[in-house]
Amino acid sequence: MSLLTVNNLKVHYPIRGGILRRKIDVVRAVDGITMELERGETYGLVGESGSGKSTSGRAIIGLESPTAGEVTFEGQKLNQLKRQDRREYYKDIQMVFQDPYSSLNPKKRVNDIIAEPIRNFEKRTKDDERRRIQELLELVGLSPESMHKYPHEFSGGQKQRLGVARALALQPKLIIADEPVSALDVSVQAQVLNFMKEIQRELDLTYIFISHDLGVVRHMCNRIGIMYNGRFVEEGSAEDVYDNPQHIYTKRLVAAIPDIDPANRKHQTDFRREVKKEYDNKKAEFFDEHGGVFDLKQVSSTHYAALP
Amino acid sequence: MSDRSLLEIDNVQTSFRVGDSYYAAVDGVSLNVERNEVLAIVGESGSGKSALAFSIMGLHNSHKTKIEGSIRLNGKDVNHLSTSELNKVRGKDMGMIFQEPLTALNPLKTIKDQITEALDLHTNFSAKQQNERALHLLNEVGIPRADKVMNQYPHELSGGMRQRVVIAIAISCDPSLLIADEPTTALDATIQSQILDLLNELKEEKDSGIILITHDLGVVAEMADRVAVMYAGQVVELADVMSLFKQPKHPYTRSLLSSVPSTQDEKDMLHVIQGVVPSLPKMPRTGCRFKARIPWMADDTHEENPELREVADGHYVRCTCYKHFYFPEEEAEKDVAAHRE
Amino acid sequence: MWKFIVRRIIIMFPQLVLLSMIVFILAQLMPGDVTSSLAMDPNVSPEQQEQIREDLGLNEPWHTQYLNWVGSVVQGDFGHSFTHSVPVSDLIWHRMVNSIWLGVAALIFVYMLALPLGLISGRWNDTIADRLITGYTYIGFAAPLFIFALVMLFIFGFQLGWFPTGGSVDPGLTGWDFFTSKVYHLLLPALSLALIGTVTTVQYLRSEVIETKQKEFISTARAKGVPEPKVYTNHIFRNSLLPIAAVFGYEVTTLIGGSIFVEQIFSYPGMGQLFLESIQVRDFPVVTAIVMLFGVAAILGALLSDIIMSIVDPRIRIK
Repeated sequence: MSLLTVNNLKVHYPIRGGILRRKIDVVRAVDGITMELERGETYGLVGESGSGKSTSGRAIIGLESPTAGEVTFEGQKLNQLKRQDRREYYKDIQMVFQDPYSSLNPKKRVNDIIAEPIRNFEKRTKDDERRRIQELLELVGLSPESMHKYPHEFSGGQKQRLGVARALALQPKLIIADEPVSALDVSVQAQVLNFMKEIQRELDLTYIFISHDLGVVRHMCNRIGIMYNGRFVEEGSAEDVYDNPQHIYTKRLVAAIPDIDPANRKHQTDFRREVKKEYDNKKAEFFDEHGGVFDLKQVSSTHYAALP
Repeated sequence: MSDRSLLEIDNVQTSFRVGDSYYAAVDGVSLNVERNEVLAIVGESGSGKSALAFSIMGLHNSHKTKIEGSIRLNGKDVNHLSTSELNKVRGKDMGMIFQEPLTALNPLKTIKDQITEALDLHTNFSAKQQNERALHLLNEVGIPRADKVMNQYPHELSGGMRQRVVIAIAISCDPSLLIADEPTTALDATIQSQILDLLNELKEEKDSGIILITHDLGVVAEMADRVAVMYAGQVVELADVMSLFKQPKHPYTRSLLSSVPSTQDEKDMLHVIQGVVPSLPKMPRTGCRFKARIPWMADDTHEENPELREVADGHYVRCTCYKHFYFPEEEAEKDVAAHRE
Repeated sequence: MWKFIVRRIIIMFPQLVLLSMIVFILAQLMPGDVTSSLAMDPNVSPEQQEQIREDLGLNEPWHTQYLNWVGSVVQGDFGHSFTHSVPVSDLIWHRMVNSIWLGVAALIFVYMLALPLGLISGRWNDTIADRLITGYTYIGFAAPLFIFALVMLFIFGFQLGWFPTGGSVDPGLTGWDFFTSKVYHLLLPALSLALIGTVTTVQYLRSEVIETKQKEFISTARAKGVPEPKVYTNHIFRNSLLPIAAVFGYEVTTLIGGSIFVEQIFSYPGMGQLFLESIQVRDFPVVTAIVMLFGVAAILGALLSDIIMSIVDPRIRIK
């Protein structure tokens, strides 16, 4: 049984207009995505700004209410549950946010920040709670004494570790990480990525890794979904997507990844120009008459693409 | 000094006031840029790369900043100009592109007004000529339906379009030097490559020099002719782009390169630099400033007063520690291999 | 923009309804009604009194009473004053004109003071000029308006004799003389009100300028070679003034509150003075009417500030 199944998930926002602010149209932020996650894997959700990747993550964890579709976690359909029971399931799914600076309350001490989810969900004695917080801090590589500090006393990478510690407080099974390293310098980024891999192995975690950085995604993920306009244009293993992209949009996205080897510069520029030409010429073939994305079709056993 | 020389920065020191004392964020940097050249300045936050860019443009708050040394643009020392003299140079001979296209434009002014403002200051154009020039610039930076965009406000444009407008403003008076401070960090990958292409084209066409400030080594590999790597306010390595990526020498450069996840190699764990970038008041002022980040290196591998030395043609490195540098991971692997034999 | 303004005006109606309900409920909670004074009158029997109550609709259910009341208020009929035995509207009309004079003059002074002071202390923050201005705002926050107004009256009215110490106009004047006399009478109360009322806006403007100074688009302007004075006039000030429009409504409310004391102290025949007098003699129809009008003024102030915002800010104007 897969850990998480997302079936035809949609999140639409009304656009209101006119003097009475009546609903005149909808923004299809997420427009029917379907995915399946096995325990222990890292699934990369990739796309440019406005592609709906963050909204998808937020809808899975229940921060946005889906317009349609269902999210099944460990065999249980989450949107059919009563509020109280749903809470129990959401203990198992946690989120790590992009900006470690603004996602931690600056006025609270570290122990209160990490204890918050524990206090919400579990009844523990003061001593027990403190022990758990120290455990968590050690797990993310911070000293237990840091529980009495405030967020501003930590560096960017350490703050992101705090964000992870908070997410781990309830021993979740699935962590949704929304651009967790985008605000960090390269060396700090390496630190956080390594650490996320380590705890994944240690705690048998499953990740949904949302990012616009295709280099980071390739490094972290087993499977990748490329989103465009709220839909998947391609889904497959890292090799499928990077080495054998089928959809013209994916091709262009992959071609845009900066090449770290300056010797390839000329080749890269020519290649990009070629892909751009192909994209402009064949755009009509890869999208329907309204510019919409087609349904996914199977290309190989692991590889799907939104082809006509 | 060749005829192609455009900008010469000599021993620049930029100090910020913290409390009652001044601390140097840029500490004795000497660099030069030629026409039709892209010099990339790479480093993490706190390396002093942006502080250097702001020093060249004279954008620091003069009450809280001291800038020493000479910054000569086309032979003229811009560091010792009065503000009104500097204003004749800024926008005309040098332009700047900022990181956040969202906040780099005045939200209350039309795109046209923001472009013609510079033309009004530096040219004798009539209002009509200014408008024509603004329209021409918008076309040049690849903005579709430029005539419509002229009368729009920043919030009506996408991030990529806004950054094109920022570039249009920067190049409005054909400056010989362009300073781009993280110009694509806030943009999507496909937009990033378009903006980099645009900068390249403009550079070729106008025979201008570009200083590209970035922390993204991929962008450096694609854009730069030469690269200066900065750490703790100093240049620690300076080389042409090929040598820097193929034969990086300074431990900091090598560490940075191995901490970037690449789409090609399948390393499971990335290299992590130990410790953190020191904050301004705590920055070491003597000896090798990177020493604390590579504690496994013996003390005698470092120089007492490390200087930037030419170690190959056009390849400069600071401190002797690079000669002996190794990654602790590699050493561990060697040990394992030795045991097997 | 028009859509925004129209929608904003539509939103105002529920606000007005809510206000009228609150005022109506307050009026109901006040002891006594029109017939109370009749109870003292030996010529009126309890039966007659009851008859009058019936005729006036005071025995109707509350919602009918409310609708009747709203109906008359809309037509400008606020009932009869207990003490003056004239319609409340006649009593208020004259006072309202005086209060509007005072309010407008005070507003003009508030911004004549706040704009230069706020801009100066924001531009040259942490200089001596800024410290002096900030010091003044602290005093303004700390000093109670009624004491400050008394001091002003004592020094400039009684000691120096520069300004009249009461009334709103000298009697028997017409035309231009009438106008100058009016202005002369309201200068001191308006200035007292403004000197205290302006400090919020000064501080607001100061912090707004300091914040705008650090925005990236200011660096863009400097990088273009825009001279420093123009950086301020063209980029920083206009952007800093925007939030000031947002606090305009708040400023109006503060001035209304302040005018109650100031009119009393300067014996200025405005609504504030009437309000205090009516409370003292428990003339509830007058009190109710004035509360209602003050409320409407506050709502209109907020409306005006939103409309100004929508005109100045293209992000609201173009949607």
